Amino acid sequence: MRKILVTLLFLLFGTSAYADCNIKSGSINILANDFPALRTFVETSKQCKGSADFKVTHSSEHNKIAVPALTANPSEFSARIAANSSIVPLMNQDLIRPLDDLVKKYGKGIQDSQLITIDGKVMAVAFMANTQHLYYREDVLKDLGIAVPKTYEEVVAASEKIRSSGKMQYPYAAAYKAGWNLAEEFVNMYIGHGGEFFKSGSAEPNVNNAKGVATLNMLKKLSELSNPDYLTHDSEAIKVEWESGNVALMTLWASRSGTLLDDEGDPNITKATKLTGPATVGGGNIPAATLWWDGFTLAKNRSDADAEATFRALAHAASNKKMVADAADQAVWLVEGFVPGPKSIGVIEAVKMGAKPYPMLPQMGLMHGALGSEIVEFLQGKESAEQALKDVEAAYTSKAKEQGFL
Amino acid sequence: MPNKTFFWFFLPTGLAMVLFIGLPIISTGVQSFYAQHDQVVKEVKKCDPFGCTVSIVVDNEETTKIREAKPLGKFNGFGTYVDRNHLATEEIKKFWNETETFGEFVDQVTNLPFYKALIFTLTYCIFVTPNVLLLGFIIALSLNAISRKIRGPLIFGTILPMIVTPLVGSLVLFWMIDSQGIIGANIQNLMNDPYLSLKSSKTLTWITIIIYGIWHHSPFAFVVFYAALQTVPQEPIEAAIIDGASRFQRIKHIVLPHIYPVVTFVALISLMDNFRVFEPIIGFSAEGSAQSLSWLIYDNLVNEEVILFGSAAATSMMTIIGIAILLAPVLVRTWKEFKTAR
Repeated sequence: MRKILVTLLFLLFGTSAYADCNIKSGSINILANDFPALRTFVETSKQCKGSADFKVTHSSEHNKIAVPALTANPSEFSARIAANSSIVPLMNQDLIRPLDDLVKKYGKGIQDSQLITIDGKVMAVAFMANTQHLYYREDVLKDLGIAVPKTYEEVVAASEKIRSSGKMQYPYAAAYKAGWNLAEEFVNMYIGHGGEFFKSGSAEPNVNNAKGVATLNMLKKLSELSNPDYLTHDSEAIKVEWESGNVALMTLWASRSGTLLDDEGDPNITKATKLTGPATVGGGNIPAATLWWDGFTLAKNRSDADAEATFRALAHAASNKKMVADAADQAVWLVEGFVPGPKSIGVIEAVKMGAKPYPMLPQMGLMHGALGSEIVEFLQGKESAEQALKDVEAAYTSKAKEQGFL
Repeated sequence: MPNKTFFWFFLPTGLAMVLFIGLPIISTGVQSFYAQHDQVVKEVKKCDPFGCTVSIVVDNEETTKIREAKPLGKFNGFGTYVDRNHLATEEIKKFWNETETFGEFVDQVTNLPFYKALIFTLTYCIFVTPNVLLLGFIIALSLNAISRKIRGPLIFGTILPMIVTPLVGSLVLFWMIDSQGIIGANIQNLMNDPYLSLKSSKTLTWITIIIYGIWHHSPFAFVVFYAALQTVPQEPIEAAIIDGASRFQRIKHIVLPHIYPVVTFVALISLMDNFRVFEPIIGFSAEGSAQSLSWLIYDNLVNEEVILFGSAAATSMMTIIGIAILLAPVLVRTWKEFKTAR
């Protein structure tokens, strides 16, 4: 009975709150990654769809679909929820439209800080921030008298201590799945060491150096403290490891904290799961992590009417105070009215510590791809760090030449 | 069949083949000789919630102009074929001059992505194809020998691996060999090594994928062999039994020669299938340890956000050539037999 009442109240207030957003025509089709905060965001925008046609595709394979789907004319999707890295291929191929006019006309509640401007034009509207940071098991650390680690060196020492205590065999976890995930860990660690991916002002690779070697050695140390299947583990897999109680220290996306701390699973583990900022490495003072934003972009190859309808629906969510209040646990929203809760500690600490955003460069995708496949053999102990980095640069160079960057 | 009848009979199929297989291959071939235009980049100010920076973007206006003038891209000849990510001719020359022992040279060459993939693909073919033929033949013989009453359900059970979608089949095995899965955990216990992982060791991953390949492809060989066994004439076999031939002798001298053309057919199809091995690599998340030629194409097309059409096209063409080389001995032999038969 109470549930029905709540639903009724919600509907009542719902309709009155969204009455202003009544879209008469157009068709909306959104492509987005699949995690809880994005689902909430899209659901919120759906509430104001009016009589427009509304479709959404949530997929963790979104990166693979995006460019082909938006290249078609008319494009399959009218909007793509993108991030720092995934907006780049769309920009490279000229597949998204500037949003200045639409922001002026319909973007009343959107804050200036949410606008992603490139060369003076608004290309995306961000609504949440994300990063990878440390999670730890308070009970395990307390039992063994270990302080919460602040650097990756301390993470290694703590994990070794936990292992030798016999409590856990593989105390550390991070998404090391060969490919995109592994490359992302390298990017974080390399930035933590103060590395630059390209020689300044050019697209020439610049990872085969002392910082690159230090990065690889740290990744290897951490991998030795992880489940031996680490090369097949993505974010979802390590989340499952954590919830089974096999792991005491973990580097994971902030956006996953919601599902990690929900009511499902062992309540003792959930209670002992604590969040802290990202770790630094090699005596550096910026964290070994990258800052990410998630925002929406609109397809260029789609009618203006569809773009307008889509923008109005998505802008409604990107300025929705009720959404950020209700779903404060799911993400660090960049929307006005967001009050950071305990689950936002990771991102807030990262920003405070001066974490760098993921590099938004046209050729970065090629570097990321080369890293994901070429450093695997080093982690498997089949090749030296120098050889692996040489391979990364060579693989990148061939691809960049074919792609016209070099 | 008179040639004219055959022509009209074959025409619809032939047209479809040209349209859906021939033309795409030609288009892929043309594509493989082109690379992207030189990127025109410019420095601009970029602002996001974390602050502003000056950095580069692709100049779309300029790029559009160049693309409209030459939509295929920049002509690259065999440039893509010989670059480091494919045949790597220059690198191989360099390794040959720089390395001291032959072993070192081989190590360096097999570290190149194309050769790495080629070696896995060939290993897979070499181990899977004969085993599929052998296992399929043994199953067909056994099932042919048992009582008709239980044959139906047994045949259904035997072809299950083929009915199961490759991805689902490999995922099931993937979970079983997890270090906490039923097979993985038992092997750890058996070997008394808690760090043993079927997924992180390259050799063990290869073995897993090969075993999966045999499991998945055997039913196909079985079905074809079983059908062929139904056509073996009974008289010579009965005569052989009277002459006192053993079961093995009967199979060797009567059954095998009779179904020989079918064996060639199955071998051909298996080789082609195995050379294109792809799904198990995705299913087993084995990209780190095992890459095949098909996986390289897939990787160029989807994994990097930046799509490398030239690379993918070049690898495709080389895969086609690879299959042709592999099949050549069998095809030549069939052709010779065909000629003598006439």
